[in-house]
Amino acid sequence: MTTTATAPAETPTDAPTLTATGVTMRFGGLTAVRNVDLTVRHNEIVGLIGPNGAGKTTFFNCLTGLYTPTEGTVAYKGVKLPPKPHLVTKAGIARTFQNIRLFANMTVLENVLVGRHTRTKEGLFSALLRGPGFRRAEHASEQRAMELLTFTGLAAKRDHLARNLPYGEQRKLEIARALASDPGLLLLDEPTAGMNPQETRATETLVRAIRAQGTAVLVIEHDMRFIFNLCDRVAVLVQGEKLTEGTSDTVQADERVIAAYLGTPFEGAPGEEEAAEVAAAEARTEEGDEQ
Amino acid sequence: MNAMNSMNPQKTANDDGTGNGNGNGTAVPTTETTPVIPLPLGTARLLTATGALLSAASTFLSWTWTTAFPGNLTVTGYPGGLQLLTLTGALLTLAYTLTAWNLPGLRWLNPAAGHNATALMATATLATTWYTLIAISVQLGGLANLEPGGYAAALTTLLTLLGALALPLDRRTAHSFPRTSHLSTTRTGTALRSILRTIRPGRTDRQPPPARPLPTWAEILIITAAFGLALGLVTYGIGTAYGELFTGFLLLAGLGAAALTRAGLLGRLTALTAKHRTPTVTAAFAAAALFPLTQDTDQYTLIAVNILIFSTVALGLNVVVGLAGLLDLGYVAFLGVGAYTAALVSGTTASTLNIHFPFWAAVLTGAAASLVFGVVIGAPTLRLRGDYLAIVTLGFGEIFRITVGNLNGESGPSLTNGPNGIPNIPDLVLFGYKFGSTHHLGSITLNPFANYYLLMLLFTVIVVLVFSRAGNSRIGRAWIAIREDETAATAMGINGFRLKLLAFALGATLAGLAGTVQAHVAYTVVPEQYVFAGPVPPNSAFLLAAVILGGMGTISGPLLGAALLYLIPAKLQFLQDYQLLAFGAALILLMRFRPEGLIPNRRRQLEFHEGTTGSSTLTHAEAPTP
Ligand SMILES: Nc1ncnc2c1ncn2[C@@H]1O[C@H](COP(=O)(O)OP(=O)(O)O)[C@@H](O)[C@H]1O
Ligand SMILES: [Mg+2]
Repeated sequence: MTTTATAPAETPTDAPTLTATGVTMRFGGLTAVRNVDLTVRHNEIVGLIGPNGAGKTTFFNCLTGLYTPTEGTVAYKGVKLPPKPHLVTKAGIARTFQNIRLFANMTVLENVLVGRHTRTKEGLFSALLRGPGFRRAEHASEQRAMELLTFTGLAAKRDHLARNLPYGEQRKLEIARALASDPGLLLLDEPTAGMNPQETRATETLVRAIRAQGTAVLVIEHDMRFIFNLCDRVAVLVQGEKLTEGTSDTVQADERVIAAYLGTPFEGAPGEEEAAEVAAAEARTEEGDEQ
Repeated sequence: MNAMNSMNPQKTANDDGTGNGNGNGTAVPTTETTPVIPLPLGTARLLTATGALLSAASTFLSWTWTTAFPGNLTVTGYPGGLQLLTLTGALLTLAYTLTAWNLPGLRWLNPAAGHNATALMATATLATTWYTLIAISVQLGGLANLEPGGYAAALTTLLTLLGALALPLDRRTAHSFPRTSHLSTTRTGTALRSILRTIRPGRTDRQPPPARPLPTWAEILIITAAFGLALGLVTYGIGTAYGELFTGFLLLAGLGAAALTRAGLLGRLTALTAKHRTPTVTAAFAAAALFPLTQDTDQYTLIAVNILIFSTVALGLNVVVGLAGLLDLGYVAFLGVGAYTAALVSGTTASTLNIHFPFWAAVLTGAAASLVFGVVIGAPTLRLRGDYLAIVTLGFGEIFRITVGNLNGESGPSLTNGPNGIPNIPDLVLFGYKFGSTHHLGSITLNPFANYYLLMLLFTVIVVLVFSRAGNSRIGRAWIAIREDETAATAMGINGFRLKLLAFALGATLAGLAGTVQAHVAYTVVPEQYVFAGPVPPNSAFLLAAVILGGMGTISGPLLGAALLYLIPAKLQFLQDYQLLAFGAALILLMRFRPEGLIPNRRRQLEFHEGTTGSSTLTHAEAPTP
C-alpha cells in the first residue's frame, strides 16, 4: 500500500491503459451502445462527448462492470477485465457517477476511506483484535485519505457529512474517493454538471493535476470548452455509435459532430408531410393511452 | 431523491439512475424565540416557579381517600408512590426555572440556556400527575375519589405548564412546520401546531457553548456519577411494584430525558463519554454488574437477565440491519440454533444426544452451529436485494421453528422432541462455581439468576466490543457503504456479496452465543420461543423493533430499545391482549415523530447544517420502514 500522493510508478507498457473492443450493449430491443472501440493510453486525457442519450454513461457502465456488455471486451493494461465492478476497481479503474452517489450519511473522511477498500486488507479478525498491524494500517489509510482531501481542497470538511456539502464539493469528494483506490485510469461522468464557470475551471486544474500524478483520465462532459481545453483526444458518440475520434481541433471542425449536436439532418430536410405524419401518430398514441 | 431513502434498508438499486439530492434551499429563518402564551417575562417566570413549588407542596397532601389505589396516596404529611414522581418532576421544573435567573450554582443544569427545558420538564410533571389522577379516577370509579390534594396537584401542575409556555421558547417558525390541511383549518389545530412545534424535542438549533474543560479525574467522576444515576433509574424502573407506577415513571423519565436533551446536558455528557471511551465502558459495565447487588430476591434479577439476553441479541441484529442495512426478519432463528445446540449438549436427560459438553465447548458449538446456519441461509439469499431478502429471511425463520417442531421421531428424525422442546437443562457449573445455587461472597449474596445475570453481562460486553470494533474498521465502513448505496460501494471495490455474507454470519454467531446462555436461563427450549411475532419479547419482530426504536447503528440504542420493549409488556399486564396493537401504534408514532430512533446515530449528530429549510422533510423521508 502506498502512502504517497502519486500512483505507483509505472513504466508505460506497450499495452494501452484501456482497450475497449467492439463493446455493444443492448437493452431488449434498444441498442444503447453499438460496437464501440476506444483506447486510452498511459497518462492521456480522453474526452467522450455526444448528445443526451447517446449512450455515454452506458458505455462507462460497461467499462466498469456495472453492466455486462452484450458483446465486446474491455481490457486494462492488456488484461481482460471480468464484468464485476469490484474487480474492475481492484484492477485499477475508478469512476465517478453522473448523478452523485456519495455515501450520504458518512463523513467526508469516511467516504474517502471506503475508497481505500481495495488497497487495504485488514479483515474482521484483525479489526476485532486491534493489534498493532491494524492500527498501523488504519493510520496509513487515514493519512492517505487526508492527502487526497488536501489535494482536492476538502481537508477542512473532513468531519462533515457528505450530504451536507455543497454540490461542487460533493463532486470533488467523489473524485477524491475514486482516487483513493490508486487508479491507473479515472472515469469521470460529467464532473462539471451543475457547476459555475469558476468551479469548472478549478475542476479542469484538478484533472490536469491528476494526470500529472500518472493517472489517465476518460471524461464525459457537455461543456465543450472544458473538453477541448483539456483533452488530448476526443471521441464522439452518437446514438450508441462512435461517430469520430481525434484531437480537439479535428473533432471541433468535423461537420457531422456539429450536425449531431444541432440536430441538422444529414440528408434532406423533413418535409411537411413527414411532420404531419408524426403529429398524427402522436395523436393516435394519445387516444390509445386514454382507452 | 436518493438522499431521502439512503437509510432505507429496502432500497433497490438501479444502474446509475438515482441522484443525490442536496436539500439546501433558500435560507429562511426556521426558528424564533417567542412565548406561546403572551405574558410579561417576569410574570411568566414567577408563575412557573410558584406553580412548580406548589406542585411539590401538593404531593405532601392526600390525593385520594382509600388505599385501594396502590402506593398509598392517602397520607397527609409526606409523599408516597406516584406522588414521589410528581415531587421529583416539580423540583426539577423549579430548578430549571431558576436557571433563567442565572444563579451561579445552577448554570450547569442548562448549558443551552433556553427555556424549552423548563417547558418540557413542566410537561413531564403534568403528564405524570394527570396520569396518576386519571388512573385513580378510572380505577376507583369516578372523580369523587380524589381528595382536595389531588385537585391541587392537577391545578398547580397545569399552572406551571401555562407559566412555562409563557416563557420565550425556541420554536420552529410557522412556515417551517409541515402544514397538514386538516390541522390548519381549525383553530384548535392552529393552537396544537403551535404547541407541537414548541415541544418537539431533539431538533434544536441552539448549540450550547463548549463545556469548560475540567480536570480528567473530575470528568471521569461525572461519567461515573451519570452511570450511577442511570443504574438507579433502571433499578427503579425494573423494581416498580405495580403497572401505574411504571407508567408514571416512564412518562416522567421519557419527557424528562427530552428536557435534559433540550437543555444540552445530555449532549455534554455524550461529549464527555466520547472523550473518555474506556472509562465510560468500564463505568457502564460496573454499574450494570452492580444491579444484582441491589436486589434481595430473584424476581427482578430474572427480568434483568432476560432484558440482557434480549438486548444482546438486538445488538447482534444491529450488525446486520444497522450497519450492513440488510433487513433480516428471521433473526430469532439464530438465537434458537444456539439455544437448541446448547440444550442438546447440556447433558439433560431429555436430550437425544447423550453428551455433556463443558460450557465453553457448548458456547463454541452453539456459535459455530449458528454461524453455519447463517452462511447456509445467507449464501443463496444475500444475492437478493431489499424486499426479497426480507421475505426470504422471514420464511427461513419460520422454517427453522417448524422444522424443530417436527424433529420428534414421528414426522422427522428424532432430535428435538418436537413441540415439547428440551426441558430440564441443568444449571451451569463453571470452574466448580455452581450457577444454580446461592453464593455468599462476604456480605454479598448472589442468587442463581444473579449468577446468570453476570455471565450474560460478560456476553453482552463481548457483543458490544465486537460491534464497536467491527463497526469502526475497514469492514464496518464497507458495511455502511453498502447500506448507503450498494452500487457505489461495489464501484469502490467492495465485494458486496462477500461483505453482506460476513455481516450476516457475524450477526448469526452473536445470536448463537446469546442462545447458549438463554437455554440455561430458561431451563427449557421450545420451538414457540422462536416465532416471528409473539407476546414474549425475543422474537424477530420485537428484535427489529428494538433496533429501530432504539436507534439503528448505535450501541446504546438497541440496548435501551430492548429494555423498554421487554419491560413495558412485563409491567403493564393489562396490555397483554392489545400488546401487538399497542406495539404497532407505537412504531407508527415513532416513525412519524422520531424516525432516527430514541438514540440517534453519531452520524446524525454531525449534521451541522440541518437547521436549514427542508431538513425536517429530509429526515422524515429517511424513515426506515420496518
Ligand atoms: N438500464 C437500462 N435499461 C434500458 N435502457 C437504458 C438503460 N440504461 C440506459 N438506457 C438507455 O440507453 C440510452 C443511453 O443512455 P445513457 O447512456 O444514459 O446516455 P448518455 O449518458 O449519453 O446521456 C438511453 O436511451 C437510455 O434510455
Ligand atoms: Mg449520461
